[in-house]
This record gives sequence, C-alpha cells and structure tokens, in this order.
Amino acid sequence: MASHSEEPSTILEEIKALKAQKIDIDARISALESQLRDTSIAKQLPCNGSCPSISTVDSNLSNNRLPSDAIYRYSRHLLLPSFGVQGQSNLLKSSMLVVGAGGLGSPALLYLAACGVGRIGIVDHDVVELNNMHRQVIHTEAYIGKSKVESAAAACRSINSTIEVIEYREALRTSNALEIFSKYDLIIDATDNVPSRYMINDCCVVLKKPLVSGAALGLEGQLTVYNYKGGPCYRCLFPAPPPMTACQRCADSGVLGVVPGVIGTLQALEAIKIASDVGEPLSGRMLIFDALSGRIRVVKIRGQSPQCEACGEKSAFTPEKFRDFDYEKFTQFSLSTLNLISEDSRISCKEYNEKISNGEAHVLIDVRPAHHFDIISLPNSLNIPLSSLDSRLSEVSAALKEEEARKGVTGACIYTVCRRGNDSQRAVDLLHKHGFNSARTL
Amino acid sequence: MQLTLEFGGGLELLCNSVKVHKVNVDLTDGEENLTMKRLLSWVRTNLIKERPEMFMKGDTVRPGVLVLVNDCDWELSGQLDTTLEEKDVIVFISTLHGG
Repeated sequence: MASHSEEPSTILEEIKALKAQKIDIDARISALESQLRDTSIAKQLPCNGSCPSISTVDSNLSNNRLPSDAIYRYSRHLLLPSFGVQGQSNLLKSSMLVVGAGGLGSPALLYLAACGVGRIGIVDHDVVELNNMHRQVIHTEAYIGKSKVESAAAACRSINSTIEVIEYREALRTSNALEIFSKYDLIIDATDNVPSRYMINDCCVVLKKPLVSGAALGLEGQLTVYNYKGGPCYRCLFPAPPPMTACQRCADSGVLGVVPGVIGTLQALEAIKIASDVGEPLSGRMLIFDALSGRIRVVKIRGQSPQCEACGEKSAFTPEKFRDFDYEKFTQFSLSTLNLISEDSRISCKEYNEKISNGEAHVLIDVRPAHHFDIISLPNSLNIPLSSLDSRLSEVSAALKEEEARKGVTGACIYTVCRRGNDSQRAVDLLHKHGFNSARTL
Repeated sequence: MQLTLEFGGGLELLCNSVKVHKVNVDLTDGEENLTMKRLLSWVRTNLIKERPEMFMKGDTVRPGVLVLVNDCDWELSGQLDTTLEEKDVIVFISTLHGG
C-alpha cells in the first residue's frame, strides 16, 4: 500500500512543478510577444497616431472563437445573454490606457485585468506611500517606496497572466501623450488634478479616442464619458478652467477611501461597455455620487458644443498645437508654495523653539481647520481657522493681553502655523492689515 | 415660488455646509416669471455666507460650476434665461478633480 500511495503524490508533485514552470514559460512568452509587438509597431508607425488593433496580431480572436482556457476563465461573462461570446471577444481584442494608478485607477485596473482587456497600459510617475493604502487598493505594503506602475502592473499580471500589461513609469506630458495614447482604443482618466484633465481630454480629441473620466473628493464622486460618438468633450462642459482656489485635492481635503473605489469601479464598467460594444455608455450624461446621503443621480448634460475650442467646428486643435500647449499656465496650476510675505515676517522652527526655551511672551495661532487641529497640535496653541480669523480678531487681542499680563511684559509676539505654510502666510498678511504688526509665520 | 436648491462638490461649504435648501423666492413687482439670472442674485444675497467669488463670476456662476435644473444641464434650457416653475429643483455642483 505504501508504495501505491507514494506514486500519486510523486505524480502530483511533478504536476505542481511542471505547472510552476509553465507559468514562468507563459510569462516569458508574453513578455517576448509584447517586445516583438512593440518593435513591429514602432516600425509600422514612425510617428503618426493610428491605433494598432490587437486583432491584427492575434488571429485566434479574429473569428470570435475563444480558446478553451478563455471559455473557462470568462464563462460567467459568456453566460450573460446580453454580453456573450461577442462581448468577451471584443474585450479580449481591446486595449485601454489608465492614466493614474491611484484611488480611481486601482479598482479600475483590478477589474480591467480580471475581465480580460487584451492590452492595458498604465501611466503614473508616483511611488506608493503608506497614506495611499486606505484607498489605492491595488498596492500592497511590500511596494511602499516603489513605483505605482510597477506595483499595479504586477497585481494585474498576477490576476490575469493572459493579458498584456504595459508600464509607463513617467509623468504624462504633451511631449509623450500623443505617442502613448495612439496605442490604445480608449483612455481612462484616473488623475487627480486640473491640468492633467484638460491635457488628457485634448489628446483624446486630437486622436479621436473615447475618454472615461472619473473624479472623487471627500464624500462625493463624478463620472462621465467624453468624446464618444459625437458626444461632448471635457472642454464643451468646462471651456474655462476653475480658479485654483476651487481645486481641492485629496491630499489637502481628505477622501473616504471607498468613494474613489466606487467611481473607479464604475469607470471600469463604462470602459468595458464601450470596448465590448454592449449597453449605453454614459455619454452626454453625468453620474453624481453623494456617499453621505447614499444618493446617485444621473443628469443630462449638454451635447457637443460647436464653439468648443477642442472639438468644435472651427477648432484647430492639431497634434502640433497640442504639443506646444502649456496646461499649467492655462489652468494657473502650480504645486509650488506661496510667497506672500517678506523674509522678516517669517521665523524658523528652530528659532521658535529657542523662544519657547527662553520663555518669551508670545501667542501661537494655528490657522488650520478645527478638524485638522483635532488630529494633532502644538502645546499652548490657539486654534483660529483662517476662514474665521477676520471675525475673531478680538480673540487674538485678548490672548495677547492675557499672555502679557501673565508674563508681566509688553509687546508679546504673534506666530502663526498651518499645515503647508500657505494659510499661515495669508493669516500674517491679514493680521498685519489689522495692525498686529508683530505677526510672523512659522 | 417654492424651490429646492442643492449645493455639491464643495459649494455647500459656502452656505454653512448645508447641502439642501427648501426656499421660497417671491416675484418682485412687474416680474412675470422667475429666471435663473434672478435666482442667482437671490442665492448670492440670501444663501452664500462666505467667499461669493467661489460661487459667481460677473452675473453668472464661476467656471467649473455645473447648474442643473430638474436634473438637466442649464445649457439645454437657456442658461441665465431659464424660466423656473413651482417646485423646481436646482442643483449647483462644483466639478471635482481629485482621485
């Protein structure tokens, strides 16, 4: 009996070893195929913007006959009467580019890889950080400090080894966008800032690619499809960029992790509908998600605008114009810090620490919002958010008087502090205008 | 005239963080109907508590704000000239850019 029971286990082990080898060999084959494809595409397309279809590369799929492993893997899709072999076959032949592997891109990529999109490109220049993990669910702790694209691509490949995943570990710029976009059927905007949104839209208009656009912030999300079968583009809706002060970011305003999760998942759904040619994509309509009230409303938005600067009748948005367009200037978007007040109205943390050690009379005003102050704050600081400082100046005067009485001196200074050093400058500016000339920012 | 006004995408912060406002806007003498233009100036006077420049620019909404009248983009109903009716729902929503 002993020798008999040993035999099947040896066989099982050999099967296991062979399967492991097979995975390695498959991965190597897929890498070589993609290498071959890239070089042949590069030869075919010196620089023009036409899109190579995967069907020209993979003759197996051209007659809609799915290989048996695909029939098994996607069986639950194939069983759907409204999706079926045709829908799945379309999906396997499709190619999609996800710009941004963050809160929106994470769930979108997971579903796109799982459902069998033939070729997925991922663009991002960022690295994974611990404070991303609560919403950017494609990344794992092991990838902290590493490229988001590398992390997301590895996750996609581990979900589905039969698809092609192409990594672009670089920022999207007008100089590389046309070339990258031209290799894909549709684009998914999963970015987090205004200039990128205009740039992605314009590039999609120039190359005539549909754009699935999602956004999330705080407890709200928005979703729509632009530039699809004569529908509006982003510029039809928003011809002029919003003022910079209206553009809050997740890093400043916060976001509940599951909110971009919902919107990113819906982006994958819209992309799948377009690629498989099933259903009605959300073009000319916008989905607005309010997580707190649990409400989703779908509203009708304007159609394509004949006056649109990007896609309108008289538009001259050529590849050349696109390459030369300065999106940061157009949206007045800058990540650099504010420089509102002079050097002598500033104080370094080290200098401030010395003043504390010397017991110098002063009042420290923390101008962040109250819920930020609740997270952590400096000892003995007074929280007056910038938005209400104007109406609470009497509290500043009172605090100064109290401090002077306590220390038995006159001329106590005011110091302001905030998160990034912008609001504290605005506060000093405001305090100076109201005669608090001793005010300095940390 | 009874109207429901809703603010979203951060615009609610300009009106004490209240998203839904059931309001009563009366026609002034000589006015036959209420237009969006009139409603905007009413909102600015009666609901916006801070930074009005974050809501309006000139006599219309600032760039980046979508206006929906009964779940429909106001571009389709005549923008500032849109005529409002009893129990209409008007949504002001700032576009989001985060992700």
